[in-house]
Amino acid sequence: MAIQSSQLAIEQLKNLLREKEELNEVVTTKIEELIVELQGCHPHPIDPAQQIIDGFTYFKFNNFDKNPELYERLAKGQSPKFMVFACSDSRVSPSVILNFQPGEAFVVRNIANIVPAFNQLRYSGVGATIEYAITALKVKNILVIGHSRCGGISRLMSHPEDGSIPFDFIDDWVKIGLPAKTNVMKEYEGYDFKEQCNFCELESVNNSLVNLHTYPYVDREIRNKNLALLGGYYDFVNGEFKLWKYMSVVTKPITIPLKTNEGFKL
Amino acid sequence: MAIPSSISDPFASKFLPSSISDPFASSYQPSRISVPVKIEQTQLTTLRRSHCSTLKASMGSPGFTQQLNNNKLETLADVKDDRDDIFNDLKDRFLSFKKNVYMANPEQFENLAKVQVPKFMVIACADSRVCPSSILGFQPGEAFTIRNIANLVPTFESGPSEVNAALEFSVNTLQVENILVIGHSCCGGIRALMGMEDDGNTSFIKSWVTNAKNARVKTKAAASNLDFDGQCSHCEKVSINHSLVNLLTYPWIKEKVEKEELSIHGGYYDFVNCSFEKWTLDYRGTKLEENGRFAIKNKVFWY
Repeated sequence: MAIQSSQLAIEQLKNLLREKEELNEVVTTKIEELIVELQGCHPHPIDPAQQIIDGFTYFKFNNFDKNPELYERLAKGQSPKFMVFACSDSRVSPSVILNFQPGEAFVVRNIANIVPAFNQLRYSGVGATIEYAITALKVKNILVIGHSRCGGISRLMSHPEDGSIPFDFIDDWVKIGLPAKTNVMKEYEGYDFKEQCNFCELESVNNSLVNLHTYPYVDREIRNKNLALLGGYYDFVNGEFKLWKYMSVVTKPITIPLKTNEGFKL
Repeated sequence: MAIPSSISDPFASKFLPSSISDPFASSYQPSRISVPVKIEQTQLTTLRRSHCSTLKASMGSPGFTQQLNNNKLETLADVKDDRDDIFNDLKDRFLSFKKNVYMANPEQFENLAKVQVPKFMVIACADSRVCPSSILGFQPGEAFTIRNIANLVPTFESGPSEVNAALEFSVNTLQVENILVIGHSCCGGIRALMGMEDDGNTSFIKSWVTNAKNARVKTKAAASNLDFDGQCSHCEKVSINHSLVNLLTYPWIKEKVEKEELSIHGGYYDFVNCSFEKWTLDYRGTKLEENGRFAIKNKVFWY
């Protein structure tokens, strides 16, 4: 029986590992990813049209037709209580992991669930969603959800130190998270790269929450106690969800007198 | 990181989109193709929580940690907090997902934890009524999703933005095979686009929907006999096609479509009548440079 080319390639890999033992961990990860990817490959490619029709038919018969009052009300308007920022990652749809039904959450998804600071010249896409959610929909809660194994955060943490060629658009976008990266590199110096990425995934949510507060209408609604900012983190490796609040406090001022009866005190 | 002190508002937005949605009579009559009523649920089911009942998670919370975990943010434990019910609500939601979906499919989630291999990239509106996972049944791992106002795709020339960052990642790195742009009925963003006045007031919404101003021009030309609601419906569909054409302005997308490694589809979800239309961009038949027209194929309508 002829030797398969894959067997030759595997022998080459084994030789490489014998020479360079330090590659062991990297190779393990890559092989595991490859196996999963190959398992996902179907002998007959899925027809995208059929997949969508199955999904829509299921939704129509099991959800839409069974809740006529709800959908009649939704057809007239939406009044979601939540606005959610989530990553575009296919594994973290907020409707799935937090069971949001139609009408419950106004959802914005982008790479690494980043919210840039208020900037009148750029990022009108994100600005428009916040403007609409607060002024038109009057949402009560904004939730920013980060997640484990985020590719966008991983890119933020590795570039440009790894010397890779820059992406036209991805790098320009994820660099909004640089304050989070700086904090993590300082506070968690010496931790291994994967752990640093985990910390950055969390820190980037906080960075986004702070950036949210820079929008004038967000600030106004927070002051009027009409709006809460929440942070979330979905860890799909361990099946956990972290949830926390963002709170900002302005204390009452104290008055420092110009001079006392005894004259200036130094 | 310093929390910004008081922020003045030099650009107090006077622009408020007009009322979000009214039921409208659509004068667009697509050709109807009836579909055999057969539901084959070969995909995983996810729990659909009825809007009037509360699901109490029966498992304890070994995996749920709730902590205020950033020492840069202030916490005031003694302040009366009416947000605790929100916390409980979100906790219930996650626990029901964990019990009914995550724990029910351990192997699938173990694989997903390592790598995602979605076949679709979906661009949908942020509208709370049109989540692609709900209406089209996308399961975890199937669709890389962008959601923005009015499901718009800006051109390559308009410069870096969150939409093209996601396009770059999904097409070049994840190598998805299909891009699907989904529009919908009663879209507030399209309504804002159609109702926009050139009155010198600026707002983010105006700046953003201006990305689709060609769709507005085409609509006003083609549908001037319709009332405002009718024009909005028409524009919702024109804007989807406009986004599909904008996708082709990205060289690496165009290249893959030419090589037939990538297909571009448009979809329209009408939640007043519960119907879904889908069509595919016919790249071979599209002659944009010649006459500005593009061709579609495989158009279907399900209701």
